[in-house]
Amino acid sequence: MKKLIALLLALLMVFTLVGCSSNSGNDKPAETGTDTEGNTMPKIGIILVGDENEGYTYAHMLGIRDAAAKLNIPDENIIWKYNVPEDQTCYDMAVDLVENGATLVISNSYGHQSFMQKAASEYPDVTFVSDTGDTAAVSGLPNLKNAFTQVYESRFVSGIVAGMKLKELDESGALVPANYAEDGTVKIGYVGAFPYAEVVSGYTAFFLGIKSVYENISMQVEYTNSWFDLTAEATVADDLMSRGCVIIGQHADSTGAPSQVEKNDAENKYGFNAYSVGYNVSMLDVAPNAALTSSSNIWERFYEYAFTCLLNGEDLKTDWTGGYNDGAVEITELGKACAPGTQEAVDNAIAAIKAGTLHVFDASTFTIEGQAPTSMLGDVDADFTPETECLIDGYFHESEFRSAPYFASRIDGITELN
Amino acid sequence: MENNNIKEPLIRIKKNDDVTPVQKAIVIALAIIASLIVSALFIYFVTKLDPISVYISMFKGAFGTARRTWITIRDSALLLLISVSLAPAFRMRFWNCGAEGQILIGGLSTAAIMIYFGDKVPTFLLIAIMFVVSAICGALWSFLPAVFKAKYNTNETLFTLMMNYVAIQIVEFFVDFWDKKQSHSVGIINMNTEGGWFPKIFNQQYTLNVLIVLAITVFVYIYMRYTKHGYEAAVVGESVATAKYAGINVPRVIRNNVLISGAIAGIAGFVEVSGISHTISKVTAGGRGFTGIIVCWLAKFNPIAMVFISSFIVFLSKGASQIASDFGLNEYASNIITGIILFFILSSEFFNNYSISFRKKNKGGNR
Repeated sequence: MKKLIALLLALLMVFTLVGCSSNSGNDKPAETGTDTEGNTMPKIGIILVGDENEGYTYAHMLGIRDAAAKLNIPDENIIWKYNVPEDQTCYDMAVDLVENGATLVISNSYGHQSFMQKAASEYPDVTFVSDTGDTAAVSGLPNLKNAFTQVYESRFVSGIVAGMKLKELDESGALVPANYAEDGTVKIGYVGAFPYAEVVSGYTAFFLGIKSVYENISMQVEYTNSWFDLTAEATVADDLMSRGCVIIGQHADSTGAPSQVEKNDAENKYGFNAYSVGYNVSMLDVAPNAALTSSSNIWERFYEYAFTCLLNGEDLKTDWTGGYNDGAVEITELGKACAPGTQEAVDNAIAAIKAGTLHVFDASTFTIEGQAPTSMLGDVDADFTPETECLIDGYFHESEFRSAPYFASRIDGITELN
Repeated sequence: MENNNIKEPLIRIKKNDDVTPVQKAIVIALAIIASLIVSALFIYFVTKLDPISVYISMFKGAFGTARRTWITIRDSALLLLISVSLAPAFRMRFWNCGAEGQILIGGLSTAAIMIYFGDKVPTFLLIAIMFVVSAICGALWSFLPAVFKAKYNTNETLFTLMMNYVAIQIVEFFVDFWDKKQSHSVGIINMNTEGGWFPKIFNQQYTLNVLIVLAITVFVYIYMRYTKHGYEAAVVGESVATAKYAGINVPRVIRNNVLISGAIAGIAGFVEVSGISHTISKVTAGGRGFTGIIVCWLAKFNPIAMVFISSFIVFLSKGASQIASDFGLNEYASNIITGIILFFILSSEFFNNYSISFRKKNKGGNR
C-alpha cells in the first residue's frame, strides 16, 4: 500500500513538473538571462544576507537602486538574491548569478567572503566584491574586491551628539547617582554585535566622539554575538540601563536597543532617562523621545563607483573606502531630545574631518594601559598578527591600508562585559 | 415535539479504512490542483503578479540550469538522509527531535578531521575515516537519550531537544577555537588543497553525496522491512506490552534503533561538511533536523516515500527563493505560496483517512 502511495506521489510530481516545464516552453516572460534588443549593459548579481526588513540590507538595497537609477542601468540587469545565509548557499548563488550572465557579483555580509573567494577563484573573468570583507588584498585573486565605508567617522560625530546631550543632562542636574561609576565617570553603554575589529573601531570612535565634548565618561560594551537580533539587542540595552548607562550606543542592525530604551524611559524603570544612538537607519520611528541620531553608511557611493567601473570596463580598486569627504557616511536626522547647539557642533566636526584637521583616532585623546600610545600595529593582512604601523603623524590611520577596519586596540575607559 | 427530535450532527466524520490507491491519488491530485489555484489567487490579488509566470519561475529556481538541478538533487539527498535517519526511531514512537544536534556533532567531527588530517591522509581513506567517525559521534550523541528512555522512560522529545542546544554550544566553542581571525567563522576548510572534500565522480561534484544517501536509504528500507530487528522496532512502536509479551528485549531494541538513527544523522553531518559546505558553524544543520521530521511523518516512516517528499520540499524552497529573486517579492510572500501548497497536501491526508457525511434532510415536519 505504502509503495503504491509513493509511486503515485512520484507520478503526480512528474506530471506537475512536466506540466510546468511544458508551460515554460511556450512563453518566457521571467527569463532573466535574455537580453532585450539594444540592452548590451552588463549584468550585476547581488547577494544579500537579509531583505528589506533588515536595516543593514535595506540600506544596501536603497544604495543599489539609487546608483542603478542614476546610471540608467535597467532593473532587469540586476539580479537579486535575498536572505542568503553565510554558508555554501552563498557560493551556490554566486555561481548561479555568473551562469545567469552577471559579470559583477557583490555580497553584503562579512561571512559571505570565503564563499565569494571560492567562486572568484573559479571564475577569473567575473569581478566579485565582498562588502565589509578583509581578505581581497591578501587572497592573491585580482578579481576579488572589498569595500567598506569609513563609518567610524560618522560614529565619532554621533558620539558628539551624545556628548552634547550628556553635557546638557549634567548641567541641568538630570543625572542620578546610579549614572556615575565608582571613579566618578558617567556611564555609557554600547550594544556590540561581535568582538571584531569592525565593532572595536566603531565603539572607540563613538567613545572618543563623546569624550571630545564631555571628558568625564566610561563605557561598557556588551556583545550580542549576532548582527541582527531584536530580542538580544533589547535585552543587552536593558541590562546596560540597569547598570546605570545613560547613553546607549549600538553596532548591531536591529531596532531592539532604541525600542527598549524608549520603553524603559516611558515606564521610568530605572529612575532616569537614557538616550539611544542607533546604527544604519534613523531610530526616531521606534524611539521618538529616546533616539538622538544614528550613524549610517551611504552605500550608494560605493555602488555608483562599482557600477561606473563596470560600465566603463575598468577594474575596481581592490579596497574601496569612503568617508565624509566622499559623501559615503552620515548621521541621520537629529531627534527632538538633542541638546541645543548640537547641529552646530556636528557641522563643525564634519567640516574639520573633511578638512583633515580633525582625526578620529587622534593619539593624544586616548591612552592604552595608562600610556599615551607611541606605536600601534594594525592587522592589515588579516592573519591575526598585527604587523603594520598605523600610528603615523599622531593619529591611527584607519581604513587606509585596506578598507575593512583594523583598529582593534582596547583603549582605557572602555570595558567589555562579555 | 421536542421528544421526537433526535439530535444529529450536521457533519459526521467516519474513519475510512477501505480507500483504494486510485482514490487516494485522486484526492492528492485534487489537493495539489486546489493549492495551485488558491496560491494563484494569492499571487494575483495580493502580489499583483501573473501566477503562471510565478510558477514557471519556481520551476526554474529548482531546475532552470544543470547546476540548479544538481543543487536541488544535492539538497534533496541531504534532507532525505536526515529523514531516513529518523525512521528507525520514529517507527518505535521514539520521537527523536535531536537530529539537528546529531548532524552538528557528525559535522563537527568531520570538520576536525579535515582540519587536522585534511592534507596528510589520502582522500578516499580520509573519507572512509570521516564516514565512520561521524557515524560514531552521531550515535554517541543519541546514546544518552536512548539509555535514559530505555532505563527510566524519560521524555525523549525534551531530552533530544536539549541535546541540540548542547551541540550548538560545543560547535560554537570549536568555531572560536579554530578561528584565528576572531571573525567567529572557520571559513572554508582547506580551500586551496581541498583536503577531505568529496572528489568529483563522473565529473560531477555531488555524485558521492547521492550515492551515499541512496545506499543508506536502501539499507534502512531493507532493515525496517525485512529484518528481525526492524520488525521488533515496529512491534515496540505499536505496543510495548505486546513486545514484552512476545519476549522482545524492549530496552535493547530502543537503544539499538536510536543508535542507528543517531549514526545516520551523524553521517548526514559528514555529507554536509565534507560533501557540500566544507565549513562548520552552528547553522550547519540549518533546521533540516526539524524539516526531516515533517518529511518522515508525511512519508509514514517509509524511506521510499521520503525520496519524493524530501525532493518536493526542496523543490518548493528553491522555487520560493527564485520567486523572491525574479519578482522582488519578499521571501515571506514566497513562503506563503509554499505554505499553501503544503497545507493542502497535508489536509488531503485527512480526506484519505476519513470520509465526511452530511446530515440527511429531516423527514418529519418538526418545524
